[in-house]
Amino acid sequence: MTDKEALFRYAVRMGDNSLVLGHRLSEWCGHGPQLEEDIAQANIALDLIGQARNYLTYAGEIEGNGRSEDALAYLRTDREYLNALITELPKGDYARTIARSFLFDAFHLPLQQALTKSSDERLKGIAEKAVKEVTYHLRHSGEWLVRMGDGTAKSHDLAQDALDDLWRYTGELFIPDETEEMLAKSGVAPKLADIKNEWSATIDRTLKEAELKRPADGWMASGGKKGVHSEHLGPMLAEMQTLQRTFPGAEW
Amino acid sequence: MELAFSIANVQAVLEQVTDPEIPVITIRELGVLRDVKIDGDSVEVTVTPTYSGCPAMDVMREDIEKALHEAGIQKVNVKQVLSPAWSTDWISASGRKKLLDYGIAPPPHTSDIRALKGGVPVTVCPQCGSSDTVLVSHFGSTACKALYKCNSCQEPFDLFKCL
Repeated sequence: MTDKEALFRYAVRMGDNSLVLGHRLSEWCGHGPQLEEDIAQANIALDLIGQARNYLTYAGEIEGNGRSEDALAYLRTDREYLNALITELPKGDYARTIARSFLFDAFHLPLQQALTKSSDERLKGIAEKAVKEVTYHLRHSGEWLVRMGDGTAKSHDLAQDALDDLWRYTGELFIPDETEEMLAKSGVAPKLADIKNEWSATIDRTLKEAELKRPADGWMASGGKKGVHSEHLGPMLAEMQTLQRTFPGAEW
Repeated sequence: MELAFSIANVQAVLEQVTDPEIPVITIRELGVLRDVKIDGDSVEVTVTPTYSGCPAMDVMREDIEKALHEAGIQKVNVKQVLSPAWSTDWISASGRKKLLDYGIAPPPHTSDIRALKGGVPVTVCPQCGSSDTVLVSHFGSTACKALYKCNSCQEPFDLFKCL
């Protein structure tokens, strides 16, 4: 893999994580459990989709074949998407949405913080913007996890079940592939082991406050980073891409 | 060739360009307008987004182009930069006053560590001036605002949130 290919794949992966999770959160628009949460999830989705636009625009420029952010978002198949599996899972009930966001946000924040020191000026610039937004995302998902965990017996059980079920999707986030190993050596991207330490500390601190148990590490699902996805991504993309697939080049 | 316009002319034109969602504040007062350059007969305007996904950005770009075209400047390039990242500290004093008059509480300064660390600094109701206010949600009507309620006049209001 050349440096250019690695940088392209990394920009696509960062963009896909934000785009896919942003789309899942946008599914709450008009369906939130209360008006404030409806608005909050739509706002967070908007931040993530904005970050995805920055990453995918950059990826298209690195590739140099004239692909725009829209071409990358709307005209790739699921096998070409490089997001982590945890971002593509269905939104489920609100406990599951919050638990997924918390597990991802606790990873996303130290990652973006580290990328503000990237040797790549463009990734650094995107991160300087994103890190402020993701700080709010983690605060939101963390506060809700505490509210549910330390709430009623029912909300506690829903939150614990969601965590137990989603835990198997967290391993993949921290296993570096060739792309991440190459970019960590050149100072473009951080070492994932360092990110995991910070993630783990946030998890322990918040779960303690929420009176929830940290699930034991067991078998971990993986594949998203290399384009091998769960059965959930294809249908999500079919919906997300339907307009551009049906009316190619449509604009408004 | 003698220039038909100066930096001052261009800046005067850009004074007409306001935030599409908060039309009382100009893009200069908001801190979104970063730089203006003239190269021959073309103008380059540099802007920075408040949030990565701010949908007002595309409208601002069109408004800038339209205002300059109407002023007779045909070649306009609006460039977007992300670094250094926009901060609410860049909102000017006149901008903060206009926000307040418009009914939006201006953001706390980032040097107020309570605002950055998630604490709630005292937020004054823009309607009645009471400091007996409560945070309803960190996320409000747009990405850049949080939702508050005033316990004195019972009215909800937006706070331009600290970034």
